[in-house]
Amino acid sequence: MQAELIDIRNHLIQHAPFDDMPEELVNQLTESIEISYVRAGTQITETGQISTRMYYVRSGAVEIFRRSGELYNRIGEGEIFGQFGLLMRGQVRFPARALEDSLLYSIPAETFHHLFENDENFADFVEIEDRSRLRSAVSRREKSNALMTSRVSRLISRKTVSAPTTVRLQEAARIMTDQGVSALLLMDEECGDKCDSDRLTGIITDKDLRTRAVTEALPSETPISEIMTEGLITIRASSYVFEAMLTMLHNNVHHLPVIDGEEVRGVIALADIVRYESQSSLYLVSNIFHQQHVKGLKKISLDVRDSFVRMVNEDANSHMIGSAMAGIGRSFTQRLLELGEEKLGPPPVPYCFMALGSMARDEQLVVTDQDNAMILDDSFVPEEHDPYFLELAKFVSDGLAECGYTYCTGDIMATNPKWRQPLKVWRSYFTDWIENPKAQALLNSNIFFDLDGIYGRTEFAEDLKTLICEKASSSQLFLTLMARNALNRTPPLGFFRTFVLEEDGKHQKTFNLKRRGTAPLSDLIRIHALACGSRAQNSFERLKSIGKTKLIMEDDLSNLRDALEFISIVRIRHQALTLEAGGEPDNNVRPEDLSPFERSHLKDAFQVVSNAQKFLRFRYNSQATRHV
Amino acid sequence: MSDSASVPDGIKCLPWPEQFQALAKHTKAPVLKAFYEAGCVAPDTPVCDVPMVALDFETTGLESEAHSIVSIGLVPFTLDAILLSQAKHWIVRPKLPLHQMSVTFHGITHADIEKAPDLSDILEEVFASLNGRIPVVHFRHIERPFLDVALQYRLNEGIRFPLVDTMAIEAHLHPDRQPSFFKRLIGEKPVSIRLSDSRKRYGLPHYAAHNALIDAIATAELLQAQIQHHFSPQTPIGDLWL
Repeated sequence: MQAELIDIRNHLIQHAPFDDMPEELVNQLTESIEISYVRAGTQITETGQISTRMYYVRSGAVEIFRRSGELYNRIGEGEIFGQFGLLMRGQVRFPARALEDSLLYSIPAETFHHLFENDENFADFVEIEDRSRLRSAVSRREKSNALMTSRVSRLISRKTVSAPTTVRLQEAARIMTDQGVSALLLMDEECGDKCDSDRLTGIITDKDLRTRAVTEALPSETPISEIMTEGLITIRASSYVFEAMLTMLHNNVHHLPVIDGEEVRGVIALADIVRYESQSSLYLVSNIFHQQHVKGLKKISLDVRDSFVRMVNEDANSHMIGSAMAGIGRSFTQRLLELGEEKLGPPPVPYCFMALGSMARDEQLVVTDQDNAMILDDSFVPEEHDPYFLELAKFVSDGLAECGYTYCTGDIMATNPKWRQPLKVWRSYFTDWIENPKAQALLNSNIFFDLDGIYGRTEFAEDLKTLICEKASSSQLFLTLMARNALNRTPPLGFFRTFVLEEDGKHQKTFNLKRRGTAPLSDLIRIHALACGSRAQNSFERLKSIGKTKLIMEDDLSNLRDALEFISIVRIRHQALTLEAGGEPDNNVRPEDLSPFERSHLKDAFQVVSNAQKFLRFRYNSQATRHV
Repeated sequence: MSDSASVPDGIKCLPWPEQFQALAKHTKAPVLKAFYEAGCVAPDTPVCDVPMVALDFETTGLESEAHSIVSIGLVPFTLDAILLSQAKHWIVRPKLPLHQMSVTFHGITHADIEKAPDLSDILEEVFASLNGRIPVVHFRHIERPFLDVALQYRLNEGIRFPLVDTMAIEAHLHPDRQPSFFKRLIGEKPVSIRLSDSRKRYGLPHYAAHNALIDAIATAELLQAQIQHHFSPQTPIGDLWL
């Protein structure tokens, strides 16, 4: 490739599937390109034509039609079309027409087949894309979600602005003003000759300057290291924008240093991401932290459902929606705890507020109740300290209820004295459940073993995670009984022939997508994750760590991932549609409300769940006879 | 274009295809002979049937007599397709010192140039891409005169050919580029016919890099857009070339 074609190459590698392509292949691709300009309205390919090329939209937009003439998809900058015909080495399946004046890169069939044979990623992309495009009910004329296809590196617009940790407060503020940045990275220069580059040690933001320096009236000569934030949360340059968004949501930070290997590439800010999403759920989160009263929080909580519907309409995936909703729930809880502490004074002993269940798994949706608990410091003296924590727990729980997170019917809340205990008691609870797995213990494990410390001394929660990790993986009896429990809820396999529906009065001709779909899946994923000692909480993350142990074959893992995604997204979309129609969302679905497409894929997904349950039964029955 | 003294006026008055035939006989340097022998399409050929080559030089300045070529970028194309597989780029050693200003603009350094060949070493390669194609440039007062002078210097013979100038097309499309005094008063801006500004009017993307090859590609894309917006693919090439 001529080095001067770098501009063209650079555009390609900012977009999937070229972003992960080996350099040599991208170079071959670049030099095979033929460029053409087409005016809006020009027919680019017609049905029945022999497919000879794939197209990449360099600028402009192209519409793809079904044979019936119905709009099938819209392709924008950085996206490809025409691959279906090439894949089948046949005729153009979907004719394409320029929607705007467009500049197209056309890629000859031989290059396409060369890439297809030599780059697995590319092959997967052009095939899977077929499925995912079908999936997004395309006639809705939606653009694909840029958050999920763009890399963080695209958001970096300038060189890193940094200063040594030894710099003084005023100097730091001056650098930030001169450079026009809202965050300054602080580098430790004291690592001497041993390392080539300085080590990223801390960050200071505009907000830090206001809240930590100005309000405290710190002298301008204060070393910046005294007020900087350490223990930085960073993001890799190759991550997707939505992962950056999730990281910000999860940690409630507005700036993320971007790391590429050892090197700091830049900083991305909340505003960089919000640009991708007009009314970002990140806005909602930062708004939560500005509220001074429960009343204000309640008012904001009305926007949560809009945010949910919008994400669904923007074709976000279930992981993204689940994490965003959990992030919002977590923020309400955190803000309520801050307000509670303001009202009641500082806590008499350290504590950790813990989220359980779907919030801990980052799999929360709009219909949700609160599952939470408190881990207190071991110096806790009930008579002396408990009135404070009971009061605080009540304040949070009532506040959450005001904000639409209903009280937990199973009383799994920090207001329950049983779930407001010192760390040592929690350790004995967890140890007992694993060593004596009776019916109630197993139920508790299902709820409490998805946990996430969200406020205060989160290391208490980490301590419990470590305990679970170490104990559960070596306790065959516990895992066996957990497995048996997980098999109690089966997917509605016969649903398409005989309509296996719930007999619960109100929803007689429906089935429950949570009880019969996502819950059995997350249950069995939890067991495999516990067995391989994973600390992950999110089901997708758990699948990833299970993958590393080779406990389950890679193919079966991706099937599980697809099944979980598909059932979740049908459940999510169903709730969003109900919300848009002004109804009260739930998890029940009437078969006639499903599109033929959803039906056929749900059937496949349930089949995957059923097979996974068979595997679980096989694995733990056979081992149970040996160990018990 | 600087007139090469040796070409008789009788030849210069001929229409391009005939002129190429005459020049093929008249010319001595083999590389130029081959160029003319490859021929020139008839003026009534529809532009959609014309093989073209977008050409861009970076130079040490604007005067062909005083400045030199630093790099050459070219890409063969038709109205349908710009062929990156045949895109070429060369850096050549200028006869005259490199100006500091043009260094920062082109991004070509003294070190690049010291290693570079003289234009005469790559002439055959360059002409392999030019032969039989109509050159397309943005601003006709660079590539043709610079090539002419460079060849006179090296081969003692200049070169003559028709070319399409995308800037001239823009100038033709915007005859009243300078707003009147009154319009300027109310804030109207003059229409720029520079390459990047012209491209913007057709929704063509911005290229960050500036090198002769990217500019050649940019010019080819611009011509495709101009023809589709303002002309027809059937437009005779004779109406476009200068």
